Amino acid sequence: MAWLDTVVQGILLGGLYALFATGLSLIFGVMRLVNLAHGDFSILAAFLAVLAVRALEVNPLVALALVVPVMAVVGYALQALVLNRLLGRGILPAVLVTFGFSVIIQNGLLQALSADSQRLNPGGIETASLALGAGLAVGWFSLLTFAIAVLLLGALHLVIAGSSLGRAFRATSDDGKTAELMGIDNRHLYALAMALSLAIVAIAGVFLGIRTTFTFASGPDRLLFAFEAVIIGGLGSLWGTLVGGVVLGVAQTVGAKLSPGWGVLTGHLVFLAVLLLRPAGLFAVSRRVDS
Amino acid sequence: MTPAAPTVQRTTRASRAGAVGASVLLAALLALPVTGEAGLMRMIVELIALLVLAQMWNLLAGYAGLVSIGQQAYIGLGGYGLIVLADDLGVNPFLAVPLAGLAAVAFAVPTAALVFRFRGGYFAVGTWAVAEVFRLLIANTTVLGRGTGRTLKAVFPLARETRELVTYFLALAVGLAALAAVYLYLRSRRGVGLMAVRDSEPASESLGVDVFGTKLLVYLIAAFGTGTTGALIYLNLLRISPDAAFSINWTAYTIFIVVIGGLGTLEGPIVGTLAFFLLRELLADYGAWYMILLGVLAVLTMMRYPQGLWGLVAERWDLHFFPVRRRVRFSEPNEVATR
Repeated sequence: MAWLDTVVQGILLGGLYALFATGLSLIFGVMRLVNLAHGDFSILAAFLAVLAVRALEVNPLVALALVVPVMAVVGYALQALVLNRLLGRGILPAVLVTFGFSVIIQNGLLQALSADSQRLNPGGIETASLALGAGLAVGWFSLLTFAIAVLLLGALHLVIAGSSLGRAFRATSDDGKTAELMGIDNRHLYALAMALSLAIVAIAGVFLGIRTTFTFASGPDRLLFAFEAVIIGGLGSLWGTLVGGVVLGVAQTVGAKLSPGWGVLTGHLVFLAVLLLRPAGLFAVSRRVDS
Repeated sequence: MTPAAPTVQRTTRASRAGAVGASVLLAALLALPVTGEAGLMRMIVELIALLVLAQMWNLLAGYAGLVSIGQQAYIGLGGYGLIVLADDLGVNPFLAVPLAGLAAVAFAVPTAALVFRFRGGYFAVGTWAVAEVFRLLIANTTVLGRGTGRTLKAVFPLARETRELVTYFLALAVGLAALAAVYLYLRSRRGVGLMAVRDSEPASESLGVDVFGTKLLVYLIAAFGTGTTGALIYLNLLRISPDAAFSINWTAYTIFIVVIGGLGTLEGPIVGTLAFFLLRELLADYGAWYMILLGVLAVLTMMRYPQGLWGLVAERWDLHFFPVRRRVRFSEPNEVATR
């Protein structure tokens, strides 16, 4: 029964990883950009939530209403003012600039808020659990995280498959030049994609901060987990990302149960095994932004 | 009178003057131990280590287009390689430095098999993930000291002055060899192929350049250079731990040095290393602000002056100390006039 419990915890953890992975996958799909500061932006969002909770004395889940729009604006500005100016110069400048942002955000958080670890307290839900019988119990908060991940992926699926914005995303992903000829403003669209990406990863960051403690240096691991979930699931597949997150989550909880130091490492090794055996991922699709 | 055949120029006035200047500098560096300034010697070892790391990363990103964020893997593997070779296998610790570089190459081959499946940005994250795997594997290995790491004991019998002197000369040799190797490689036939790959992969492939082989060779050369440097760093520090040896900061310093100095030139990493040390001395008391400033400088450089500090100088005065390009010179204009 203990093993079943471990696997269930891993599956639910996978929902959180899918939240981290979705934004990374989205901007790669739309503009082939890999944001190396993706994880650091999620931690920045979590720190903003800490500040909001302190200043306004609200529940961190309420603080989301403030943090998510702020991060969306940050995302739009990042793309419009910085990354759009690097278009047409290959991938190297954008990768290095986002790496620069990663270092700037980490050290900025260290300078502004010290190296102490932080945690967001939502007032009890993080420890409450639901008994499923036979000794199996799942945390309400883990369930909530997973449900929100599924809902967000579903909503994103609807947006990409059905809305005019989604059509523009897909058109730009397929052929940016032709999309531009059809009247799509690629630069605005890229900025919208980055805004959406950082809004989603802000939710992920705040949920992470409720689930566990974090420091200014917690970002890079989040980027790696998001990246691994994307690759395990298969590039460009939204639901694949969820499966990738779940595979990674289960690998980590099972590994940690085998030996305490082996959790994260087991996740990495499962990722490498998938890369070796199924380099296209478990659910690869040909189009990069697909649903 | 027949027109003179066009000649291919492969040196510049600056490169000839630079060769003289470099010889003087080298002589001064070789003579430095006479004054016995141990602190200065240690700093020069550190400076050379960063310079070699920068040259290797520049070869990867600036010439082969392989933006690796995981070069700390080879620093760590080189450092641990040194300790295993010298302490556990009884190899002379100074001889173990280049051998540790070879050990890094042994790990680089399977790593390349995995990360070469990625392109562009995902290659960057992939190399980072593999570096984390190496860090966590070593942090879980008891004979390697787990998370607390190990101390290099093989040098304990040596007098401190002897160890520092040999380390210093070894660093000079490593630095000189790395510079010479990169310079000669880029001037060779393979180097021309590499630069063709940088400019256009499909075009160079259609002209018969082996794109995959070229990139793989560069990756393995960089692993050797970085691994050797990692061993050199820990021969200097003596104490290694997985978190420090596999820290992303190594790669962050390296990237900032190359980007600020000038990506895709041999002079760039030299200028960048000097600028890095200068800033570090000036901002030693400001902690995290130092990294923030470097990050901001690198971002601004990438946006406004992608050719870096050296690129601005080279463009302004047409100055090339390490000419790797071939310039075709046609007959002199006055000869044309008399014809």
